[in-house]
This record gives sequence, C-alpha cells and structure tokens, in this order.
Amino acid sequence: MNISLSHFTAALLFALCASVVFGITQRSAPKDMLRYGAYCFSLFVGGVFVAAWVMWFIKR
Amino acid sequence: MANNTEAQKIMATTPAPTPQAIMALVLGWLLPGAGHFMLKKWYRGGLLAASIFTLFFVGMGLQGKIYSYNFGDLLEMLGFIGDIGNGLLYGIAHIMDWGQGAINRATADYGTKYIVCAGLLNVMSAIDAYHIAVGKKQ
Repeated sequence: MNISLSHFTAALLFALCASVVFGITQRSAPKDMLRYGAYCFSLFVGGVFVAAWVMWFIKR
Repeated sequence: MANNTEAQKIMATTPAPTPQAIMALVLGWLLPGAGHFMLKKWYRGGLLAASIFTLFFVGMGLQGKIYSYNFGDLLEMLGFIGDIGNGLLYGIAHIMDWGQGAINRATADYGTKYIVCAGLLNVMSAIDAYHIAVGKKQ
C-alpha cells in the first residue's frame, strides 16, 4: 500500500485527526469538545502557515 | 506537614481504580476506541478509532518506519515508546514486517511521525476511557 500526499495535505490530515482526539479527551461536554477540537485544528493549521512564512523569509 | 495534608486531600478526592476501569484502560490501549466502546460511548469511541486508525494506516501508506526495541539510541527508544502506544496494531505491524523498508521519499518521514503520534494519541484515549470508568469524567 503506497499513499502519496503533499506536505500540506499531510499536515492538514494530521491536524484533523489530532484535533478530534484532543477535543474528545480534553473536554467533557459534547459542545465543549467540538469547540476545543476546532480551536486545536485552527492552531495546528495556523502554525503550518506561520512556519511556512518563517521558512520563506529564512530562504530569502 | 502542609504538604502531607495536601497529599491526603488529593488521595481522598482521587477515585479508586475499579476492575472495569483497568479493563477499559487496557482494552483502549490494545485496540483504539475499544475502551470507549466498552463503556457504551459509541460516538466518542468511533471518532477516536477512526482518527487513530487513519493516522496509523496513512503512516504505513507513506512508508513510515516502525521502530524496534533498541535502547542504544535515544531517538530510536523514544520512537519505540511512541509506537507501542498503538497496542495490537504495533504487534500486527511487527509480525507482518511492515514499516521496515528503506525510506526513499521525503514524505516517508511524515509517515513515521504519523505512526508515533497515533500511538501517543491512543494512550491519551485509553486514559480518557479510564477516567470515564472511574467517574472522573462524564
């Protein structure tokens, strides 16, 4: 089995799966789980963009 | 003295482990989501299982590496500790000799990290099942 993903897709998939687990395990109420999961996902994806821009500036 | 009283307070409020809680912890570790299924938390168990299985199998598909028992190298040791968090999945991967191929793609390193993180997230989910079983969490 071989899967080919771009770096960005791989980072997004990881962010999604990790956020689901964080949301469920770190909060008790379903509404809070959803909110915390979305918060973690936005931090992961935001971190990807920040890291990408930092690397772009380093390269220049 | 004050620390001793504090410790006694914490001990008094910490729920005692029950056989069901230990079972949920072990089952949750062996099979992602199984601890929650045992406690009839179907949606949570399903979502946890889907996330952890996805990370593990996509990691395998990306040609990620499965670490073996090797305490000679610190990074190998940490990778091994993360990998055994996958429970039975790690055992199956080891028996089937998956994840031992030479890494020849840039994204294979992502695969290795996916597998290690799947193991760590599985440990978190097993501990969550334990907390639900002892009544510390709803």
